Amino acid sequence: MRRRRHDVVVVGAGPAGLSAAATAASMGRSVLLLDQAPRPGGQIWRHRAGASLPARARHLLDRVRESGAVHAVATVVDAPAPDTLMVDFGGRVDLVHTAAVVLATGAVERLLPFPGWTLPGVTGVGGLQALLKGGLQVRGRRIVLAGTGPLLYPVAASLATAGARVLAVLEQAPFSAVAKFGTRALRDPHRFVDAVRWRATAWRSAWHHDAWVVRAEGGERLEAVTISVGGRERRIACDWLGAAAGLVPRTELARLLGCALEGEAIAVDATQATSIPGIWAAGECTGVKGDAAAVLEGEIAGATAAGDGGGMASRHAVARGQGIAFGRQLADTFALQPALRTRVTPEAMLCRCEDVRVGAIDPAWTARQAKLWTRVGMGVCQGTVCGVACTALYGWEPPQVRPPLAAPPLAAWARWLTDVDSPTES
Amino acid sequence: MTHPDVLVIGAGMVGAWTALGLAERGLRVLVVDGGVPGGGSTGAAMGHLVVMDDSPAQLALCAHAMMRWRTAAPELPPSAEYDPAGTLWLACSDDELAEAHRKQEVYAVAGVSTEVLDAVALGQAEPLVAPGLAGGLRVPGDAICYPPAIVRTLLERAIALGAIVINQAVRAIRPGGAQLTDGTWLEAGVVVVAAGPQSGMLVPDLPVIPRRGHLVITERAPRRIHHQLVELGYLHSAHTLGGASVAFNVQPRVTGQLLVGSSRELVGFAPGLNRELLAMMLARASAIVPALAGMRVIRSWTGFRPATPDALPLIGAWPALERTWIATGHEGLGITLAPATADLIVAGILGEPPPVPSAAFAPDRPMPTLAAA
Repeated sequence: MRRRRHDVVVVGAGPAGLSAAATAASMGRSVLLLDQAPRPGGQIWRHRAGASLPARARHLLDRVRESGAVHAVATVVDAPAPDTLMVDFGGRVDLVHTAAVVLATGAVERLLPFPGWTLPGVTGVGGLQALLKGGLQVRGRRIVLAGTGPLLYPVAASLATAGARVLAVLEQAPFSAVAKFGTRALRDPHRFVDAVRWRATAWRSAWHHDAWVVRAEGGERLEAVTISVGGRERRIACDWLGAAAGLVPRTELARLLGCALEGEAIAVDATQATSIPGIWAAGECTGVKGDAAAVLEGEIAGATAAGDGGGMASRHAVARGQGIAFGRQLADTFALQPALRTRVTPEAMLCRCEDVRVGAIDPAWTARQAKLWTRVGMGVCQGTVCGVACTALYGWEPPQVRPPLAAPPLAAWARWLTDVDSPTES
Repeated sequence: MTHPDVLVIGAGMVGAWTALGLAERGLRVLVVDGGVPGGGSTGAAMGHLVVMDDSPAQLALCAHAMMRWRTAAPELPPSAEYDPAGTLWLACSDDELAEAHRKQEVYAVAGVSTEVLDAVALGQAEPLVAPGLAGGLRVPGDAICYPPAIVRTLLERAIALGAIVINQAVRAIRPGGAQLTDGTWLEAGVVVVAAGPQSGMLVPDLPVIPRRGHLVITERAPRRIHHQLVELGYLHSAHTLGGASVAFNVQPRVTGQLLVGSSRELVGFAPGLNRELLAMMLARASAIVPALAGMRVIRSWTGFRPATPDALPLIGAWPALERTWIATGHEGLGITLAPATADLIVAGILGEPPPVPSAAFAPDRPMPTLAAA
């Protein structure tokens, strides 16, 4: 196995990671920026070659390119120590030694179980957008979106632009909460313009509040969904359902490294430092608060990881605080309604990998008990999906992460492990 | 429950079988454990029910235990994943094949039937095993199970018979009593310490220490391995590393996943992985089952076996503390030996003759010092 050394390794090339990489590299540090996707941008700016991107995304991508940071398509497989990452660069695995790690691992969708959610044709809200950006043809397809928070707007708009018939958009939060949030958040002209544009693009869709999916039906794949709007049920025939109960910080690598969490997010201080020396975190993985805050936090994390002594953190302290306040508003406004939890039916699949249904779990159990007795979260995804659902449904702490990440072939992992303690190649 | 007849400390496989055995005899039983029942050594274990013959005493205890398991199996729930797959001991050399023949004779005396396979028969029985091995010994009576689910079932049965299980850690013990971490003292007729590797922290001078092991599990796949596979060189494994060792051990789960072991090392209760040892363990496994190389690993973990200096369990009264019984020190055989251990403890407490000779397991027997282990 080859060994590489970098001053700073940034994991995740979304807004926070790009910003951290550009900042650290422009301060003269050698920076490696890792992401699983072939093109930088993260989920929010996921794009195909030649696709148009918002101006601030183009600007940031240019900054990274000019900074000298090295971007690589790669997956972290293991972390033998906080300063050593075992990284799979598309089949070739290197041990990457670094003085500083910046975690910018973003967020994942919170998929809550309902009957039929594992049918082909049912995805997350962001998941459907990712399929669309990946080339899914939706012209004339009938689509229902069910979710919460501002993500619904751009997703509905991009589906409508691509010719889909977005029949209904369901927001689980009540209208009163969303209206209050809207009048405050939309004072930001940027957000106001976006929201109006997106909403106008998806003008044909029926927008509902206090609404959620009761079940998805179909034989081989999705044929219809039953929705509940203000407590009344209705059935809609459709081809695709994008349903997710919002976003949650993605923290597997942080947990493997031993970083403390605060709720579901990586705990950080004003310089974006985590509880583990040498590891910083920025963006949605430290709490969902949008791309503007992520870029700012990335800049702070990149600068402190590069050793600026906290100068950038103090300069941006006020703006950082505003970002966190916005995140708190988001969390309050789009807090999951208790009905989403109580309405979860026993027959709904909770853990796809291990075939555990909701009814097999006693909510009074501890996470460890449930795991030992039902094997929930012990399958191939290692609780990436159902762990998030269990936290929402039962209040369990995110599960402990045990190596390896990303399920490498046994012999390959064994070979890499052998090399961990061997002398450094130069 | 005030003043139970028996206080069982530890709700692992040994504690659960013991609690049920005592409750079935009409005794009032209180079980205490600071963690989830079956969540300690039991939860980290492979769940291989296997007859071993390091000594005649151990062989007799294993044979009795397997008889108890086979009797219990039809009443276990599906979640117990009880699978009478049998064990296949692999002989890598002619010397080891000779060992297979020796083992066959010894097992026969204890009433355990086996079958020696030559290289051709081994290839037919387990096509995924690398060619070039000398053969093997099949023990069809051995089995595979999922231990935590069994603990849950056993405790539910004990509770139905009046036993009580409380989720509190024990800080100290004295004759006929135990102190919880909140300071309360529980009083009982007798105390059974079945706290696995942690028993040594409760009973001064008890010769039991944790011996760490690693396990790895693969993703699901069609089932292509049919027995629990272990190497006959298990006990004299040449692959040592500063007192640590690895040995080939692969178990097929009902899901088609493979559990891959094993390693042994004395590192106290140190958490985390020994990646160098883990690498040796995985390399050994894929040398014997080459198809493992391409299977994806989804998780690794470690657990702590309760080890003793002479590799035999500690089952019986502890003379230094009145009314105190010990049921631990089984190292890697705790799951297998749990029902037989419970039988010895129940017989001991009730003053009945043991179902199998128990003198070899007396916790106060002369033993080499732990440092020499």
